[in-house]
Amino acid sequence: MIESFIQGLSGLTHGVTFLFSGGLPNVIMLAIAALLFWLAIAKEVEPLLLLPIGFGCFLVNIPLSELMDAHGLLRFLYDIGISTEIFPLLIFVGIGAMTDFTPLFERPSILLFGAAGQFGIFLTLALALALGFTQLEAVSIGIIGACDGPTAIYVTSQYAPQLLGPVSVAAYSYMSLVPIVQPPIMHALTSEKERLVRMTIPRESTVSPRTKLLFPIVVTVVTGLIAPKGLPLMGTIMLGNFMKESGVVPRLTGASENEIANIVTLFLGLAIGGTMKADIFLTSSTLAVFGLGFIAIVGDTAAGVLLGKLMCFLSGGKINPLIGSAGISAYPMAARVCQVVGQKYDKKNYLLMHAMGANTGGQIGSVMAAAVMLSLLKGMGLI
Amino acid sequence: MDNWSFGITMMVVGTGGTFVTLGILIFLIMLFKKVFPVPKAPESSEIPK
Repeated sequence: MIESFIQGLSGLTHGVTFLFSGGLPNVIMLAIAALLFWLAIAKEVEPLLLLPIGFGCFLVNIPLSELMDAHGLLRFLYDIGISTEIFPLLIFVGIGAMTDFTPLFERPSILLFGAAGQFGIFLTLALALALGFTQLEAVSIGIIGACDGPTAIYVTSQYAPQLLGPVSVAAYSYMSLVPIVQPPIMHALTSEKERLVRMTIPRESTVSPRTKLLFPIVVTVVTGLIAPKGLPLMGTIMLGNFMKESGVVPRLTGASENEIANIVTLFLGLAIGGTMKADIFLTSSTLAVFGLGFIAIVGDTAAGVLLGKLMCFLSGGKINPLIGSAGISAYPMAARVCQVVGQKYDKKNYLLMHAMGANTGGQIGSVMAAAVMLSLLKGMGLI
Repeated sequence: MDNWSFGITMMVVGTGGTFVTLGILIFLIMLFKKVFPVPKAPESSEIPK
């Protein structure tokens, strides 16, 4: 009787015993979870993602937690949504439904900023290889430069699942740091004359509803033919946009950008947090991933601004190079940063619409860059 | 494939492929804007006297 009493009681103390005997890594991870809570709640840094990621991290690092073991809740969410790639793709449907490409159509050439804004991906990929990461790991780390959480998760979950936690947290963290990271680079790479360039805004829209409706179909066909491995990514974002532009399925559009996106975001965040177990996360690779991710964002911004300078020169001073910084996928934050920086030098300079165009171009560009990379990997026989 | 060849291929073909694809899209958007211009608003009918 007493023996069974003691045995039963010991079952209640296993967790505490573990924590004090060798649980320092767990304590560090719990502190990281607390940091994510602080960023999400006190600083409002990507709270929709960082809060559930933090809680998933918190749950999985409570000593002897079985949530990521077979049949555990977080393992279940991971298996149904991330291993199958379903969660990031469903989020893309919502993103497509939320995105208005009109500013891009008004001046199509600024779509090129969406390509320049992906330079960081390829730069970081090369650096990751130099640091000794495997080729598929380097691709997954490079994709942080897309500034596009779902794309980063989609690629990493398939080709370097051991890096999913660090890559996802780095991607979302750096997206939220765009207002801090970008302005010094924009300032350093442009002259005062260039920063003061005013861009004209058409008085009336030059884009017909039919153009807006056909755009998602054409993008899907063209990109699907060139980079079929990326078709799930581009296809879902364009599905959401097609529903929005058709105007005949407001319930589906609304559900995609609200209910579905919200539910999936919750599950996605929890499942990613579940991958942040101490023994997986607390490695030198994680630090390297964060360092390389920072380089990726800097490279994206610099390439975008430099292309902006070139286009400014070629257009005879009609394009403000600052909008090049918005050619990343952090939408609409990068466009707002561009507007704020532009108005810092000229309060009557309204760059927002053009920056929005570059920013939506960045959304297409980031998915396209990922699609091209995956198709290259397929072509080289690596996947 | 060695890392050097892999990295260079990804950088050159990856960046180039992204630029070319987006270039094609720019051309198609401009084409659509020509083929499907914004419909002119109907002129307001005069009130019969």
